[in-house]
Parts: sequence; structure tokens; C-alpha cells
Amino acid sequence: MTSYNGPAQYGFAERWLPRLVLAPSFLLTLVFVYGFILWNGYLSFTTSRLLPNYEWAGLAQYTTLFANERWWVAVKNLFIFGSLFIGGAMAVGIFLAVLLDQKVRQEGALRTLYLYPMALSFIVTGTAWKWMLNPGLGLEKLVQDWGFTNFTFDWLVNPDMSIYTVVIAGIWQSSGFVMALFLAGLRGIDDSIIKAAQIDGASLPRIYWKIVLPALRPVFFSTLMILAHIAIKSFDLVMALTGGGPGFSSDVPATFMYSTAFTRGQMGVGAASAMMMLMTVAAIVVPYLYSELRGSRNG
Amino acid sequence: MQALRMTLCAATMAVAFAANAAEVEVLHWWTSGGEAKAAAELKKMLEAKGHKWKDFAVAGGAGENAMTALKTRVVSGNAPTAAQIKGPAIQEWGDEGVLASIDDVAKKEGWDKLLPPVVSNVMKYKGSYVAVPVNVHRVNWLWVNPELLKKANAKVPTTIDEFFATAEALKKAGIQPVAYGGQPWQDATVFESVVLGVGGADFYKKSLVQLDQNTLKSATMVKALETYKRIKPYTDKNAPGREWNLATAMVINGKAAMQFMGDWAKGEFLAAGKVPGKDFLCVPAPGTANAYTFNIDSFAMFKLPNKDAEKGEKDFASAVMSPQFQEVFNLNKGSIPVRSGMNMAKFDACGQESAKDFQATNKKGTLQPSMAHGMAVHSATQGAIYDVVSQFWNDDKMTAKQAADKLAAAAKVQ
Repeated sequence: MTSYNGPAQYGFAERWLPRLVLAPSFLLTLVFVYGFILWNGYLSFTTSRLLPNYEWAGLAQYTTLFANERWWVAVKNLFIFGSLFIGGAMAVGIFLAVLLDQKVRQEGALRTLYLYPMALSFIVTGTAWKWMLNPGLGLEKLVQDWGFTNFTFDWLVNPDMSIYTVVIAGIWQSSGFVMALFLAGLRGIDDSIIKAAQIDGASLPRIYWKIVLPALRPVFFSTLMILAHIAIKSFDLVMALTGGGPGFSSDVPATFMYSTAFTRGQMGVGAASAMMMLMTVAAIVVPYLYSELRGSRNG
Repeated sequence: MQALRMTLCAATMAVAFAANAAEVEVLHWWTSGGEAKAAAELKKMLEAKGHKWKDFAVAGGAGENAMTALKTRVVSGNAPTAAQIKGPAIQEWGDEGVLASIDDVAKKEGWDKLLPPVVSNVMKYKGSYVAVPVNVHRVNWLWVNPELLKKANAKVPTTIDEFFATAEALKKAGIQPVAYGGQPWQDATVFESVVLGVGGADFYKKSLVQLDQNTLKSATMVKALETYKRIKPYTDKNAPGREWNLATAMVINGKAAMQFMGDWAKGEFLAAGKVPGKDFLCVPAPGTANAYTFNIDSFAMFKLPNKDAEKGEKDFASAVMSPQFQEVFNLNKGSIPVRSGMNMAKFDACGQESAKDFQATNKKGTLQPSMAHGMAVHSATQGAIYDVVSQFWNDDKMTAKQAADKLAAAAKVQ
């Protein structure tokens, strides 16, 4: 005990403790995220069918994938769903946030009300909307029972429109969350800027459009990132709401990947489609991240 | 009395084999009421032989979840004794080199004589038995609510033309003719019954089992597709996504008159307290009285690390094929025993007819594996065919000719 050296011990802990504490999660991420990405990448070049194998097949699985009509339907649906869902949830969320920002009474209660859908899982959202949109059970029947017998709203069972029902349910689920993020952002803006603008005679919409929202750029950034990844990996919502149907008209890449890899014994094709999804995410996120991070470093 | 004797006999055997006790782990998805009862019966029989039963039940997704669990186990080198795998999937697992042969049990008990060759071929990988069949479901049934037909003054259809005449009569009487569930596997179930009705068993075999390109593109296939699509106006708009049992409930409750479905639908009728032959009828799908599409559940056997475990595996296989289990299980499940020479007295009218037709069609060569239920083609091909059939059903712009060409292309997916 005589050799005990207080400060040095403290320095050691200070230097190593954070690394030590971070090491397990770092390691787990390395193996279970990046390691498995590499493994999946490798599988996409093999002849894997029911189980993984390591027989090299070159680009054969990608050729099969690109020749598959269902895959292209899934890709098209992802773009429809992705753009409308992100755009819609953003627009509705910002609109709600701006309204709530007007110092309304009972704001806390209203905020909770709008945020509640976020507390539900997509499975619940999907099932609830499935019933509401079912022509014989939900909205269409209700309006027809009110006397508007010509009213039809059969998107759920119409192969051309089914993907838009997923958009509706997705926006309903996520716009409250977007609202919360933006509301927090709005509260962080210095009142004096707004007051100054008001003195200059700017109207309220103009203040929001030209001053407040541009100041919320970081919030935009994080919201976009969150919504984009929800959109690309969306699986449960589609499964619960339409099951990819009618037919495969509302299939998205995630459901396509699941069915090829796990139910149809085409693991190689499934792996290839997963790689395509990864590359889609990378193609959107990497440039954006790059510009954002570089921008903030320079600024 | 016989059951008692069997139990006693098994108990004596239990003493004899106690030294060779093994743990028998079986992956299955028999978790619903009647099925769970049947699984418990199997457990009792194996425990009587001195083995320890380890349940590996994975519910949900018609076995999809179970397959995912199984793959994980097999990849990690820890395969269960047996798993519920059926049809050509047995060949796919065989290709992975993980299945064990149970030829000695099969030889001893003479399975080749007990099973029709179309069935035993499915159970064999490269000529030796690797799987044991449990039951036979007939897929080409039409379930009919006779009361509604009487109201519309229509008769029970036996041919395709009669079917559409009946449907038209029902529609005129304001009754929904067909209960339909718009899910890909249900689309395929109805489609294959129509193909069988329009083209006959030989045509069915050439097109949906052997996947012959010319047959798939033939005029008969176009006609079958057109006939299939003609059913659509007789269904309701809310069909997409509907579960099969909800469609069956529509027939039970008198909301619709007929449903194309395999004989698992019978369970729904019986559970609702309906009597076969009186409250509901089971008739072969129109035009298919002389043919039989089967869906057979089976257990595939995995390679195991030691002799004791293999002993357990063989006892398990033998127990599944025993008349006692075949009867108990199938009475609970609504299907019929797969081994021939069983006494069908305890089964209901539908079960007895199914058993009779099973033997008869086997002799005629019109006993065919069901494509829609994973008995005929590899899962990738089956999936591709599902896609085409579903798309054709849902997309009113697609012509039957286009669909036939797409079917031919889907058949090439391996």
C-alpha cells in the first residue's frame, strides 16, 4: 500500500475508464452491425438458398433481383412512400408545431394528444388503419350509412392506390413526433429576433417562413434522418396494414427482402436486395451528412 | 380396449428400452386447440417408450416463424430431432446435407406398402426415407351452405359450368355467391382447383407440378386463367387481405354461399357446431371429382450426434406412423390418416369421402401434390407463381394470355 500513488491512479482511470465502458458497445456494434453488413454483402455474391453457403456466384443474385418485377414494384413503392411520408409528416408536423407555438391554452394537453400516436407501435397503427380504411367496415361504410351512397374510398383494396394508405397511416403516426421536435426547436429561438422582425413590419407567416424555420436547420436535419430511416426500413406498418397486397402492389424492399430470404429459400437474392437497400440509404445519407458536418465545422 | 393394450405394450417396451432413453426435440407449430391436443398425444406415446419429449413449438405465420428458428438452430450446429417440414422443402433441406435416413424403420414397418408412391417419393431424399408423413389434407374442396342454395333455387355444382350457373342464380337472389380471402396463398389455392377443374389431372401435373413451358403457355392454361378470373365478380370488394377463416365464417353465417378451400376449413364449421352433410356440404371443387390435390404435413429427421439420440429419432418416426397416432391426430386436426388400411369409422362424412377418394385417385393416377401448399415445386418457384396469380387476380388490366406467359417465366425461377 505504500507504493499507492493517488494522482497517477486517478489519471489512469480517467484515461481508461471511458474507453473501457465504451468498449463492449463498440465491440457489439462492430460485430453485429458492421460485421453482419459485410457478411450479408458476401452472401449476396454466393449461391445461398435455404441456408447460407459460401459458393461464389458472382453477380448472379443481382441479375436475378433486377429481372424480378416484384422488386421494381417494391422500389417504386419505396420512393412513393418515402417522399410522401417524409414530406407529409414534415409539413403536418411543422404546421402543428407553429400553431401550438402561438401560446394556446391547454398546450400541454394538446401536445400530449398529438404525440400519442408515436407511443403506438406500427403494428397497432397498421391494424387500426386497416379497419378504418376497410371499405366494408370503416370510413366508406360510415359515410355511406350517413346517406352518401355514392361515396367510395377503397384505396386499401385497390392495387393502384394501396401504397398511399401506408402513407396516410405513416403520416398519422409520425407527424406528432415531428411536431414535438420542431416545437422544441421553436422554443429555442430568441424572442428578440421575432420582436425585431415584427417591429420591421413583417407578417407572422413571413416571420416563420423567412426567419424562424431557416434557423431550425439542425432540427430539419435530424428529423429528416429519423424519418428517412423509418421510411426505408418500414416493414411492420406495411405488413399490418396491407400485408404487401393486394397481390404485391404495396410491397416495399424490406418486405421483399424478408419473403425472399426467409420464406422462399432465396437467401442470396434476399441478401442482394438488402445490399441495394443499404446503398440507397448510403446514397442519400452520406452526401447529406458530409455537407452538414463539413458546413458546421467551417461555420 | 385396444388403446389400453397399446399402452401396456408400450409400457413394457419402456422398461426394456429405459437404458436407451433419449431426448426427442420436435419443432412444430401445432399450437391451436385441436392440434395441441394431438401433439400432447405424441408426447405421451414417446414418453411411454422411455424418451424425454422436449417441445419446440413456434407459433404463428403458418410455420414461417418456425422455419426461421429452425434455420438458426441448424446453422449453429444444434439441430432438433425432427421438424415439421413438408413437400419439396424436404429436398431443399436434403441438399443442405443435414437430414438423416430412417430407412431401417421404414423397411421394418413396410412404409412402401402403406403409402402411395406419390407420397413416399416426397418423403425420400435420393431414394431413402428422411421424413415421416402425418396427415393428408385435401385441397380441392368446395364448401357449400346448402340453405342459401335452396333459397336461390340453385343446385350444388359439380362442373365448372354448373358452378357459374349456381353463382349467377345466387347473385340474382341477392346472395353473395363466393366467400374469398385475397391473400396470395388463397389466390393460389383457388387457382389450382380451377386449373384442375378446367384441364384435368394430367394437365395439372404437366403445368403446375412438372412446370412444362409449353403447357403453361397453352390455350388450356389461358382458359383456366380466364375461368379463374370469372369468379371475381362473384366475390365482394372487401376480400383483399381477408384471412381464410373469416371467409369460412361468411359461409357459416350465411353471408356467402360457397368457398374454395382445403379441408382445414372443416374445423371452423365443426367449431361453430355445424353438422357436415346438413348445415354444410363438402363437395369436390367443380370438375375435380375424379382428382385429388393433397397437402401432407410431415416431419423431417435431422442428423444427430449420438446413437441414443438416433434411437429416439427412430422411435419418434415409428410412433408418428402408428395407426393409433394417425387416428387421434387426424380426428383432432380435421385431416385424414396417410397410411392405408385404417378404419375410418370414427371420422365424419367429409373425412370418409376424402379417404375414399385418396385411395381411388391413387389407383387412377390422379392423386396430385398441391402447388399452392408447397407440395409440388420449390419454394422460390412457388413464390414466383403466387406473385403472378395474385397479380392477375388483382390487376384487371392484365389479360389471361399475359398471365400465362408470366406463369411460364415464373416457372423458370429456381
